[in-house]
Amino acid sequence: MKFKNSIIYLVLIICGITMIIPFVWMVTTAVKSQLEVNKGNVGFIPYEEYPVYNDGEELFRVKIVSAETDSSYVNIFNEAGKIISSYKKVPNNSLTEHKKLKFHFENFVNAFNKVPFALYFRNTIIVSVSVVFGVIVTGSLAAYAFARMKFKGREFIFYLFISMMMVPQPVYLIPSYIVLNHLGWLDTYQALIIPWIANIFTIFLLRQQFKTIPQELFDAAAIDGCSRWGILWKIVLPLSKSVISTAAIFGFIGSWNSFMWPLVMIDNPNLRVLQVGLSYFSQEASTQTTLLMAASTFSILPLIVLFLIAQKQIISSFASSGLKE
Amino acid sequence: MKKKQKLDIGPYIYILPALIIILVFRLLPIVLSFIVSFFDWSITGVGDFIGFENYSRLFQDPEFWQSMLNTFYLVIFVVPISLISSLIFATLLNNIKALKSFFRSVYFIPTVTSMVAISIVWKIIFNQQTGLMNFLLAKIGIEPLGWLAESRGIFLLLFESMGINIPTHLGGPSLALFSIIIVTIWKGLGYNTIIYLAGLQNIPAVYYEAADIDGAGKIKQFFKITWPLISPTTYYVLMMTTIVTFQVFSQIYLMTGPPIGGPLGTTKVIVYFLFDKGFGESNDLSYASAIALILFVVILSLTLLQKRLEKKVHY
Repeated sequence: MKFKNSIIYLVLIICGITMIIPFVWMVTTAVKSQLEVNKGNVGFIPYEEYPVYNDGEELFRVKIVSAETDSSYVNIFNEAGKIISSYKKVPNNSLTEHKKLKFHFENFVNAFNKVPFALYFRNTIIVSVSVVFGVIVTGSLAAYAFARMKFKGREFIFYLFISMMMVPQPVYLIPSYIVLNHLGWLDTYQALIIPWIANIFTIFLLRQQFKTIPQELFDAAAIDGCSRWGILWKIVLPLSKSVISTAAIFGFIGSWNSFMWPLVMIDNPNLRVLQVGLSYFSQEASTQTTLLMAASTFSILPLIVLFLIAQKQIISSFASSGLKE
Repeated sequence: MKKKQKLDIGPYIYILPALIIILVFRLLPIVLSFIVSFFDWSITGVGDFIGFENYSRLFQDPEFWQSMLNTFYLVIFVVPISLISSLIFATLLNNIKALKSFFRSVYFIPTVTSMVAISIVWKIIFNQQTGLMNFLLAKIGIEPLGWLAESRGIFLLLFESMGINIPTHLGGPSLALFSIIIVTIWKGLGYNTIIYLAGLQNIPAVYYEAADIDGAGKIKQFFKITWPLISPTTYYVLMMTTIVTFQVFSQIYLMTGPPIGGPLGTTKVIVYFLFDKGFGESNDLSYASAIALILFVVILSLTLLQKRLEKKVHY
């Protein structure tokens, strides 16, 4: 039993490392110097390699100006990085290569300022928060009607919604572009927000939740003279906090990560969201891998932090998406 | 009294906001897409009715068939590999107590991160000179590979390394497309594992206890109890992974090229093809609509096919 268990753990650890290694490498590459990367320092350790001159007593950092067969001309630096002797001829056997750990944290700042990432973050937050808010409002209202009211066409409308859920995004991308163009909404926040403020999956999820609330509560509230609207506010929503936060998390992650839609609908650089901005940045700075890694790191950081804070809930929300009705 | 019997408009008011959005931004676009595909339509305005011309053009377009083939390769590799590995992970996770939620979270991280950032990172990982892949291969003494720049098929490369030459058309997906396959599997694995784990936890422990008493081995238990009881989950995972893989776009857009879809068009997939026709140089929205409808029909028929199979094999 013990042996079996250790094999299971071994497999899980190896696979876990495989899952996580791209992120580790992303961060370690983000703090390397581009020069070192180009020289071939591809591993996980952000070191710096430089020649060192040994004058017999002390080690000095040097810069090789020109090299000959058995001796080189070098500039010698002191510890403060000041040249103390320039163009000095030294024998090659007194020169060695040294490696030193060096973290270039300034890569993050440089990447952040190279294109207006602050603006991209702002746009993304505006869009994501609005979408989440809209999804919860429209979802609660519709789910309340579907779950708790009888009206003509209820089943039909509900199945219409469900069948719309089956339509993949690329299919309605082009006609949506035409619709948004007619509304004059291309290149506006509306194009990124309005089409996404009703989420069928959220309606479905909330409807399931609202159905589980006991009828007695509704009857009691109705006797007390509570209106439909009052019941929604005073009973239904407070009892559904956890499902609502699940829906909010889903909406936020989806909106934060959406790429194709904003890529198509937005042309104005001032309205670019993070994913689109990052994509343009990756074309502009394609050779500066350290900056790209730095930008990728701070782009995914907010969601990673959100995930680490609420991992239990996020995982169980995703798991619930697979449960059959 | 009669007035009370009148239609209560209350419920409709509650549904209205969601209904408007869904009608205007889901149903209308689909209807529009259908109409547009029969017209010579561009962003400047409505053109002439051209009937099935877009469709006949599409079926004669070698680019369309190549994107279909590439998408098919993607699905045929990603779906089974992802399904089997996630079931294995979930089974292993279901068998441990300590660190269970830790591993679950680790596997899940790629799912919540954006495909754009992930694509940028993996593009650099696959870089021939400064990438991690060739660095690791070198550590175990394997020659560097071309990865995203390699247009030759993986089977061709595999057999070539053993000194056997096979015809190019049997080469399979290019190594570039296979790199995309790796990323796509990696990205989706955590989600599928979570879904499977939830499914496994729904199987009552008494079944296994009874099987233990009967002396059935673990392997037998898996095939006689787990596999049949987990089949609804398997169908869900199968369906979702297929649908999602059919729509792969960001990876292609960010990792391949220039030109995107390269090398030699071996990574051009159907959604990129659609995007390129609609919003690229030609800006042919009606042609792109025809592509979108074909994509819709393919995904819909696959979904229906799997639903039928599911009913047949449901335990």
